[in-house]
Amino acid sequence: MSDFFFIGLPYGSIVIMVIGTIYRYRSSQFGYSSLSSQFLESNNLYKGIRPFHWGIIFLFFGHLVAFLFPRSVLIWNGDILRLLIIEITAFGFGLLTLWGLIILIIRRVQTKRIHAVTSRMDVVVYIILLVQVITGLFSAYLYRWGTSWFASVMSPYLKSLFIFSPDTAALQAMPLWVQIHVVSAFTMLALIPFTRFVHILVYPLLYFFRSYQRVVWNWDKNKIRNSSKMNVGKPPENN
Amino acid sequence: MVFHLDKCIGCHTCSIACKNIWTDRKGAEYMWWNNVETKPGTGYPTKWEDQKIYKGGWEKKGNSVDLIGAGKTKGMSRIFHNPNLPVMNNYYEPWTYKYSYLFDAPEGDDQPVARTISLVTGEPIDVKAGPNWDDDLGGSIDYARQDVNMETLTEAEKQAMFQLERMVMFYLPRICNHCLNPSCVASCPSGAIYKRGEDGIVLINQKRCRAWRMCITACPYKKSYYNWNTGKSEKCILCFPRVETGQAPACMHTCVGRIRYLGVMLYDADRIKEIASCDTGDLIERQLEIYLDPFDPVIIAAAKKNGIADSTIDAAQKSPVYKFVKKWGIALPLHPEFRTLPNLFYVPPLLPTMASTSGGLYDSTTDSLWGKAEDTRLPLRYLASLFTAGDTEKIKEVLRKLQAVRLHRRAVTVGDLDKKETEEAMKRSNLDSEMADAIFRLTSLAKFEQRFVIPDAHREEAIEMIENTGDVKGDAGFGFLSKPNRGL
Repeated sequence: MSDFFFIGLPYGSIVIMVIGTIYRYRSSQFGYSSLSSQFLESNNLYKGIRPFHWGIIFLFFGHLVAFLFPRSVLIWNGDILRLLIIEITAFGFGLLTLWGLIILIIRRVQTKRIHAVTSRMDVVVYIILLVQVITGLFSAYLYRWGTSWFASVMSPYLKSLFIFSPDTAALQAMPLWVQIHVVSAFTMLALIPFTRFVHILVYPLLYFFRSYQRVVWNWDKNKIRNSSKMNVGKPPENN
Repeated sequence: MVFHLDKCIGCHTCSIACKNIWTDRKGAEYMWWNNVETKPGTGYPTKWEDQKIYKGGWEKKGNSVDLIGAGKTKGMSRIFHNPNLPVMNNYYEPWTYKYSYLFDAPEGDDQPVARTISLVTGEPIDVKAGPNWDDDLGGSIDYARQDVNMETLTEAEKQAMFQLERMVMFYLPRICNHCLNPSCVASCPSGAIYKRGEDGIVLINQKRCRAWRMCITACPYKKSYYNWNTGKSEKCILCFPRVETGQAPACMHTCVGRIRYLGVMLYDADRIKEIASCDTGDLIERQLEIYLDPFDPVIIAAAKKNGIADSTIDAAQKSPVYKFVKKWGIALPLHPEFRTLPNLFYVPPLLPTMASTSGGLYDSTTDSLWGKAEDTRLPLRYLASLFTAGDTEKIKEVLRKLQAVRLHRRAVTVGDLDKKETEEAMKRSNLDSEMADAIFRLTSLAKFEQRFVIPDAHREEAIEMIENTGDVKGDAGFGFLSKPNRGL
């Protein structure tokens, strides 16, 4: 059973995520959208979406840092004051995320206009996010200090997954809250291609590196006239 | 593009033609890619011109320009929630009527009525606003007096405008300006919006739009709309499938008043940034510099070298837009101070000067056929706020020119005017009788082929060189092959 949840599920999720997103991007790129509903309701969105996003982005990168540099995190935590600072900050951002998420859920339930743009998968998204945030908060509250044991237990586990020699012994000894947190995290990964989560993958990073104006020549007459080949140039990307 | 405002009768045929072709879909009901506003009025969406609310367009920063409410720092930090985004309540909630109730209603004492039903929620709503909600309400408190352009007027001018005898209004049809320095393109984080090199049409790639909604804020004319159903932004496409085959866009083709002109303008794209960053007072003059003379042999040679077809150069030479904008100088851009260098020019309305009543007596302000341009029914400062970024001299110059043409034609056809007066008016506006006649002819008598000089894009030939058209033969067109379904 634990092999299924801690080995099968992670690998399965990653495969579904990679194949699913690529397939969906190629077959129906039109569906890749953040599906913003701000146009229909703006005020409550403001109260919910900013705390939620800032919170979850901080937590995501926090987990990433602890996974990539476990040793540095342990050294940092060696000092009790620094440990407290990082724990309280992380817990604060967790609460911020939960607060935002609850406001967003209430908004979606209460606003009639929003019902028109709510799909079944949106309900799934809310449930899995709630599970993820609540289990995370409980783990952090009940079994301190999370930043330290994440670095010493979770990082080796994740690393073992990445090098294809999964070692789940340490994880199996962890409390149920933590195990649910891990399982729901990998489930979320698998859900990416089937939900609005895809918008994370198309975050417009390139915008920071391009010039403001964008001009596209679809059928450059010069290139076509001066070519000796039959098939010249790239097919137009904007058809 | 040129819209001649003296000829617009406010019939909304253009809006309906556009709506029936392009925006008659779920999520797009509230979109009016083409709309006709009553001025003075608040427009659509309400108070769109007020950039204190919507933060659209560019602002001058030193020797450069920056987006007011979007861009790499301001836009991206507000990507989760964009406080300056116009929402549905700034437009209106689209509705239909529950016609079936007229048939299904149980027997009762009263006639059944078809109630208004929201097209978003499907529930009965009370309609509070709609397209052209301020139509023809020239002096109204809620609309005309809330016009942003009134801010520049003195209290006396405002009062005068709303006297019953002097009440005034005109129509302002608006479509996307397909700007030279489009702020929507600049604001789009995913790079979905682009300007086509071939014809300058600004388009949104529906497959790359990710609903970051920055274009809606950035466009100062509010001509990019958010489709709440598909989660994609949409805007006027200048009917590019028609333009590519040499046909006029639907709004222009159907125009009853024949106010619209479309033609090729050659321009120097390398100078756009420099000109968009110049001083506000110089914006119009400098923008006109960017359009090149299609008769100049140097320009023709350069255009050919850049792969511009002979048919396009020929069209540029016959362009009615070139005549109105460059040759005659009687067409002005709408709100040049937004610094997007719009490609849509308006011939301002020459409303008659007006008499006033004093002490119960009707008092004509002029003793000649036309009064002075300064005495127009609309305060010059109001027109200047719309078309010249506040420069009343510029607007006066254009109005005088339009007046001179009329005086000249009156002298030719009726001949009851003082010859000296007519000649003086013509001289002051640097018009000779030949040019005045040309203006008159293109304004009043122009046939379809003179109003729309659109070269064929020959895209079908070009695309054969790039794609094997046989592969997609029999499919539904060469572009979008699947239904535009909302994402999961």
